[in-house]
Amino acid sequence: MEKHLLRITVNEQEYELYINPKALLVEVIRDHLGFTGTKRGCESVSCGACTVMIDGMAVKSCSVLAMQVDGMNVTTSEGLEEKGQLHPIQKAFLDHGAYQCGFCTSGMLMSSKAFLDENPNPTTHEIREGIEGNLCRCTGYNSIVRALDAVAKGNYREDKA
Amino acid sequence: MKYNVINTHVHNIDGIAKVTGRATYTFDVKIPGMLYGKILRSPHPHARIVNIDSSKAMELMGVKAVVTGKDTLGVKQGIWRRYSELCDEQILPLEKVRYIGEPVAAVAAVTEEIAEQALDLIEVDYEVLPAVYEPMEAIKKGAPEVHEGVERNINVTRHIEWGDVEEAFENSDYIREDWFKCSGQAHMCMETRCAVASYTPEGKLTVWTSTQSPYYIQGLLSGVLGLRESDIRVIAHYVGGGFGGKFELDAAQFCSSVLSMKLSKPVKIVFSREEDFIATKRRTPMFYYVRTGVKKDGTFMARETRVFTDGGAYTGMGATALYLTGFFHSFPYKWAGYRYDGFRVYTNTLPSTSMRGFGAPQGMFCSETQIDLIARDLGIDRVEIRRKNAHTPNYEVPGQATIASCGLTECLDKIEEWIKSRGDLPPNRGIGISSYGFMSGGIFNWFDSPYSFSSAVVTINYDGKVDLHVGCQEIGQGSNTTMAIICAEELGVRIEDIRVHSGDTAECPPDLGAWGSRQTLMAGNATKMAAADAKRQLLEFATAKIKPNIVYDLDIKDRWVHLVARPERGLDYFEVVKDALRGKGGQRIVGRGFYTPHRKGMISPAYSYGVQALEIDVDPETGKIKLVNCVTAHDCGQPINPIGLHGQLEGAISMAAGYGFLEDMPMEDGKIMNPNLVDYKIIRATEMPETEVFEIDTYEPEGPFGAKEAGEGLTNPTAAALGNALFDALGISVKQLPITPEKVLNALREKKLEDNK
Repeated sequence: MEKHLLRITVNEQEYELYINPKALLVEVIRDHLGFTGTKRGCESVSCGACTVMIDGMAVKSCSVLAMQVDGMNVTTSEGLEEKGQLHPIQKAFLDHGAYQCGFCTSGMLMSSKAFLDENPNPTTHEIREGIEGNLCRCTGYNSIVRALDAVAKGNYREDKA
Repeated sequence: MKYNVINTHVHNIDGIAKVTGRATYTFDVKIPGMLYGKILRSPHPHARIVNIDSSKAMELMGVKAVVTGKDTLGVKQGIWRRYSELCDEQILPLEKVRYIGEPVAAVAAVTEEIAEQALDLIEVDYEVLPAVYEPMEAIKKGAPEVHEGVERNINVTRHIEWGDVEEAFENSDYIREDWFKCSGQAHMCMETRCAVASYTPEGKLTVWTSTQSPYYIQGLLSGVLGLRESDIRVIAHYVGGGFGGKFELDAAQFCSSVLSMKLSKPVKIVFSREEDFIATKRRTPMFYYVRTGVKKDGTFMARETRVFTDGGAYTGMGATALYLTGFFHSFPYKWAGYRYDGFRVYTNTLPSTSMRGFGAPQGMFCSETQIDLIARDLGIDRVEIRRKNAHTPNYEVPGQATIASCGLTECLDKIEEWIKSRGDLPPNRGIGISSYGFMSGGIFNWFDSPYSFSSAVVTINYDGKVDLHVGCQEIGQGSNTTMAIICAEELGVRIEDIRVHSGDTAECPPDLGAWGSRQTLMAGNATKMAAADAKRQLLEFATAKIKPNIVYDLDIKDRWVHLVARPERGLDYFEVVKDALRGKGGQRIVGRGFYTPHRKGMISPAYSYGVQALEIDVDPETGKIKLVNCVTAHDCGQPINPIGLHGQLEGAISMAAGYGFLEDMPMEDGKIMNPNLVDYKIIRATEMPETEVFEIDTYEPEGPFGAKEAGEGLTNPTAAALGNALFDALGISVKQLPITPEKVLNALREKKLEDNK
């Protein structure tokens, strides 16, 4: 099969690679680029474990072809830290125990980030809606809601500066 | 007693790896030269394998090997190793398949796509056999035989009895009989079953896998592959969930090993979500008949229960679930006479096994639902009837269990208070309650392990950093953190002084692993003992240096080695470590610990207790249930890791409430109708109720620092509390799980007919 050239920026690094045009974004991120923080938990776009941000929007990376994001900016959980400092949402996840086995966590973080960027002052119900597309079998979600609520309330604001 | 580390706000020690995407799961493992495997599965629920022709598949470019049962030693394996008749599963069977999805062949190829294509080229001739799907059918005379020579397809029977049951019924004022049906449930771990097996020509096999017990997998692989146990290294550093579904040998582990041994190349097999649904194992579906006799005042007298469980095609951990459901069906109440007869029945369906709660959620759903019905029939308050019959400290369940700590009565008081605080509820709202309890690890040794149940090694390095090697398995429940806390507390150092090593049979001592809520108590005791051993060695040197009066004791707290009676007199921990190492000829300090329960009855060394109240909102038009509040009064002894504990509680609620009203695995002719996450519903963030927990302080003498079970027992009450909340809201009782809108509407219709009579 003829390979196509993909130009993509992942976690602020530009890449050029030849790929099967039918490759899913999640396959390129994990298998070609080695960002294995992004997981896969289903084949039906149901679980959200593969959620990444594309130009600031949360997208399940199993639902798009890599070629569809040619020229765009992708952020994965590996791209949340800045200069070795954890992002406020990552810190809040640690403080609130908002993960257990950790397999859904990368996707959950990316949905959370995109959601709070869009809606920085949500109600807890809105937070729940914001992460509704992400399944977690371990936590029962409430610790995640508390973590995001703490971020929204500004408990981690000094970290942003 | 004040603790420095225990019950403080400690971050999970694997947390940073998990929130930064650095944690490497088996799903992520990639090693040079690795091939990809896929499994061909049976489309038939019951068929004889006449012939398998893989020649066309082998011709496909990129295919390296195809294996079938003929390429294996043909060993029938099972986790109940002590009992050969219960070792009934050949992964890659030689003669016949017994459920849809059973593996018949496995392929290794250079890519996953090629392996997948190769599956279509394998030709299997089947002779289709008559099949049976329901235990109540399979038990009949003349039903198809799932396993040859197993009479009426009865796989295992269990009998539990104490007291004079007949006399206790005779002394009862009121007797009630009910039938219940409890459904199956998928473990639905976010990480599906997967393994990377790498066999090398020196005869050694390394297997990365997603498992709850590396030691079990090592032992089981040794049995089916004919390798020495210690030539097999099982690695499971990060595991994407287990919930009782990942401590038996699975086809990913076995097939990747067989392929790797054939090729001397690493082979990776990852189950698709569909494979994970149709071809692993599931929570055991159960039919419960319950007959209960009580006094007019609500005193429980007698209970007689008969249970038929749908075993599916193989035994797995189902034999244990059959026992535990029967025992915990009595729990946490006192009975003058109790009799349980359980029958596990083979069918041509996906095998059933352990899942979080291990049979207890089923047993408690039936028990707690019936208790509410009895309370209504007799006009007794539902909290009062539970209080009257509750286990109490130092109670002995005749011939079964010795209870030491038990905070059940306090839990009931707390929940009663909370219900009162809710006042009058709006229409269509209801609160249901359920008591529960669970074991802190099992005493039984069906695996026939010659090793201690748990072991730990504490090594203190020159710089004071402590290496803690444990065989207990981190699967997300936080056991690495719990062990680090216990070690730091006992040794008198800080959490950041501890580095935990687990999930690797080559590095860590054997341990039965993460199941049956055993690790906090058992591995916790081993860790505490190892830390105490290391501390004793340090204190020998400190004593020589401080030269106190012989009557004084020394201890270490927060890196300060000191006289207990005069804490200001002491030495820096790091200095003592350096001196001690010098005094030992430069050897690091090594402490050892181990634990195996003794003289603690048949089941477990200790029991957790609790009461849960669940408030729901029902729409009588649609039958839809919304979870509003879930409040739990919980006795887990001394809490060790509060963040982890709260997480276990909420996670259990989501899983157990899902079992109560959402999750189901409906089948048609042995085929699961919803093997994907669109149709199989688990609770999402918007469906989760608010949660609150009251920790009831007790001290468990058998547990480390007084701790006991804290994660699995919490799966036991929620389905029952949900059903009882429906009963409270609308006066209807649904005796079949899950309580779907359809069942709610049917029950409402029946009630209307009844009321109109």
